[in-house]
Amino acid sequence: MSNLSSAERSTAPASPLLSVKQLRVDLPVAKGTLHAVRGIDFHVERGEMLCLVGESGCGKSMTSLALMGLLPRKAQINADCLNFDGVDLLTVSERERSNLRGSRMAMIFQEPMTALNPAYTLGNQLCEALRRHQRVSRKAAHDRAVYLLERVGISAATERMRQYPHQLSGGLRQRVMIAMALMCEPDLIIADEPTTALDVTIQAQILHLLRDLQQEFGTAIIFITHDLGVVARIADRVAVMYAGEVIETASAQALFHAPSHPYTQGLLRCIPTPGKTLPGSRLQAIPGVVPSLIDKVEGCAFCNRCDQADQRCHTTPPLQTVAGGHLSRCHFAHQLANPATINAQEVTL
Amino acid sequence: MWAFVFKRTLIALSVAFTISVLCFSLLQLSGDLALSIGGPEATAEQVEQIRTDYGLDRPVIQQFTTWLWGAVQLDFGRSYYYQSDVMDLVVERLPVTMTLGVMSLAIALGVSIPLGVVAALKRGSWIDRMAMAIAVTGQAMPNFWFGLTLIIVFAVKLQWFPAAGSDSWQGFVLPAIALGYYATPAMMRLTRSGMLEVLEADYIRTARAKGLRTGTVIFKHALRNAVIPVVALAAVELGFMLGGSVVIETVFSLRGLGQLAWNAISRNDYPVVQAIVLIIALFYIVLTLLADILNAILDPRLRAR
Amino acid sequence: MANILSPQVAVEQPLVTTWQSRLLRSTLNNRSLAIGLLIITSLGIVALLAPWLAPHDPYLQNTANRMVPPIWHETGSWTHPLGTDRLGRDYLSRLIYGTRISLFIGIVVALISGLIGTTLGVLAGYFGGRVDAVVSYLLTTRLAMPVVLVALAMASLIGGSMLTVTLLLGLLLWDRFAVVARSATQQLRDAEYVQAARALGCPLHYILLREVLPNIAGALIVVATLEVANAILLEATLSFLGMGVQPPSPSWGLMIAEGKAYMFFQPWVITIPGSALFVLVLAINLLGDGLRDLSAPGGRNE
Repeated sequence: MSNLSSAERSTAPASPLLSVKQLRVDLPVAKGTLHAVRGIDFHVERGEMLCLVGESGCGKSMTSLALMGLLPRKAQINADCLNFDGVDLLTVSERERSNLRGSRMAMIFQEPMTALNPAYTLGNQLCEALRRHQRVSRKAAHDRAVYLLERVGISAATERMRQYPHQLSGGLRQRVMIAMALMCEPDLIIADEPTTALDVTIQAQILHLLRDLQQEFGTAIIFITHDLGVVARIADRVAVMYAGEVIETASAQALFHAPSHPYTQGLLRCIPTPGKTLPGSRLQAIPGVVPSLIDKVEGCAFCNRCDQADQRCHTTPPLQTVAGGHLSRCHFAHQLANPATINAQEVTL
Repeated sequence: MWAFVFKRTLIALSVAFTISVLCFSLLQLSGDLALSIGGPEATAEQVEQIRTDYGLDRPVIQQFTTWLWGAVQLDFGRSYYYQSDVMDLVVERLPVTMTLGVMSLAIALGVSIPLGVVAALKRGSWIDRMAMAIAVTGQAMPNFWFGLTLIIVFAVKLQWFPAAGSDSWQGFVLPAIALGYYATPAMMRLTRSGMLEVLEADYIRTARAKGLRTGTVIFKHALRNAVIPVVALAAVELGFMLGGSVVIETVFSLRGLGQLAWNAISRNDYPVVQAIVLIIALFYIVLTLLADILNAILDPRLRAR
Repeated sequence: MANILSPQVAVEQPLVTTWQSRLLRSTLNNRSLAIGLLIITSLGIVALLAPWLAPHDPYLQNTANRMVPPIWHETGSWTHPLGTDRLGRDYLSRLIYGTRISLFIGIVVALISGLIGTTLGVLAGYFGGRVDAVVSYLLTTRLAMPVVLVALAMASLIGGSMLTVTLLLGLLLWDRFAVVARSATQQLRDAEYVQAARALGCPLHYILLREVLPNIAGALIVVATLEVANAILLEATLSFLGMGVQPPSPSWGLMIAEGKAYMFFQPWVITIPGSALFVLVLAINLLGDGLRDLSAPGGRNE
């Protein structure tokens, strides 16, 4: 099967695996329309780990569901471009869409405790994805499932195949979910806060596992999280989301060293650093709340919480290129990109 | 699992014992049995004769232990009216009532589960509203009246089915509908609400994310979990149906346990009544036990308990 | 996905309205509640004003005027809009007086069984442990007894009458009250205000009556409406089988039993009382559904 898909892949060598331009997701709610995702742009290269960062409610989960085609039925989606390896996801039929899901793009969800069907064995749930998408024998599917369970670090995999989800801990279940996502060797895995519901030690294990698997299988991963600590450990590139927009995209290196949006800077300041944050001192927080996305948002969505905002911020800022591959949606992007400013701020911490 | 079954069996046995004590004490409270057996024309000597014949002159406790010891051996004494063993009467009538009960349950399940599933999938559509309307009106119809109406329409006017008798399966159709429809609304609502809840579950999203076909998602992943509480309800409803057979068998003149019970009641034939109440209670207890076991089979999470 | 909506939805204007106007509005918005309430109120008025509304004496026999068909038949007349029965009694008048029997039995049975079931359920839910075990045992025993059969046998022993039927059903139908009261109380037992009352040393009866009961009342009222409907149907069933309300009382179930012999040629003799029963029970069920939606908004349809 990998031979076949690599042949397909070679037809478009230069284009990214996934490119998203001006994606919008609107949800009708009781009081109007909720603009959950408001025209975001990003792309994912083959085999890279893109982190989508933002606080809850910023539209990152909606984005992932939009990519998978799993949005609630009443949600409205439109975009200038939503292209997955040459397939236009906006016009693709539901049938072809479901052929892609699970086989070329897979998803790992936030809540491992409820993401597995309690009524079926792990083996049943692992194999059914593969047998849905590929003509393989029961035996072959079983063997692949056992192989992947072992690969994601589950011991006694053959016995585990006969177990039910409730017999496993949360960390183990998330490993099973990862194995399940890998069953058909997808090109893209969307991991929606896969470690949020887990203990810190388990979190670290799962992160390492994902990183290793990504390098081993060459799978591209969109890793969705609100935790910049996680981002720092695994990301190749980062897209920061705020109020339904991507406000900054950069390589992980650039983002942490030269954040060019006040929101990103604020987020970085919120992380307590051992040795730098004094014991007993107040942890930093960004004052204010996310604006309501139910009505049309005018100007920069962050301006009501931004300490640098002025008159200009009442107009929507354009996406500005700070450096190669580093974009920021702020009027002051170029000033903020100056590392001197950051150092000064670090000193104040 | 076995400990669970054992515990439930113990409870079942003690419940059965309590019910037999209740039955028996009610009988004692009802007044002089010998008088009611003899009837208004009986002379004092005849009444005295009946008293010794049926052992009614012995102490109550002795009467009870004798009856209970018999009941444990499935010997419920002799019928006052039919002058034969109660157990023989019951065994003769039981198949009719069981056929009726099983057919009623089949009809109720056959209507309520598909309707509940479709109503949940097409929530707010005309079919959903129709299903809800059926549920609301169904629960409001007295079953004896519904039975009589079925007789008038389908047996007399259209002549599709016989109005009475248990000789052929056709004879069971109308009574099974009359008995089964009453259980339909509750089971349909439970299926519908269960499906609505399950369709929102995370594992359904997982199943869809795997690219499974809609049919697989609905029937393999959703229905299997939504139907678990319906199974428990169905067992309980079957128990209620056996109890409700009194009314329906009388309306349709079916020679089943219910009709026997009604005849016995109207003839003061208490050994028969006692036996039938106890047997139906036992059925109910066994059915709830079966429902719990079935639940454990359907829901692996319950097996551990 | 719900967390995406939460920050925005949280900013909600508090509604400045009185509870009366809120109740009125939700009643009108809730179609089943409004229809149910309307029918029950009308039937309640009919029951109260029966002597003034009934065109004839419901017990007056007139053998010369037997089995007069209702007004929609060619031979019907306005003297007896719903015809007469086999003894020449006016069917409409009997139907009107029958409303009293059904409503009385329904309400009194619900009160008796509500008292028994709520007491048992609240005690079981509040104390748990052994009390709960005993109540659960009673409940299992009660559920295992076939209601119709036991009620029939008992009524036959004691002698059927309106009082017998009411007491019997009242003593038999407490199961649902107990189940609901028990689980609702279990949830409340550890609520902070109940714990606070306990910590303050409030007497037990105060905690149960003033803290627990008002908070489970909503659920109990819903059960009560369904139990009223259930009792009305069972009374009709018992009377139909001849062990309930005795002739010449105009119980609807009894009217159907008396009409049974004539139903093939004059189906209206069972259609009319049957429809009355159906409409009344339907209205009560609609009311119950509506109340359930009120107490748990969106519970049924969401």
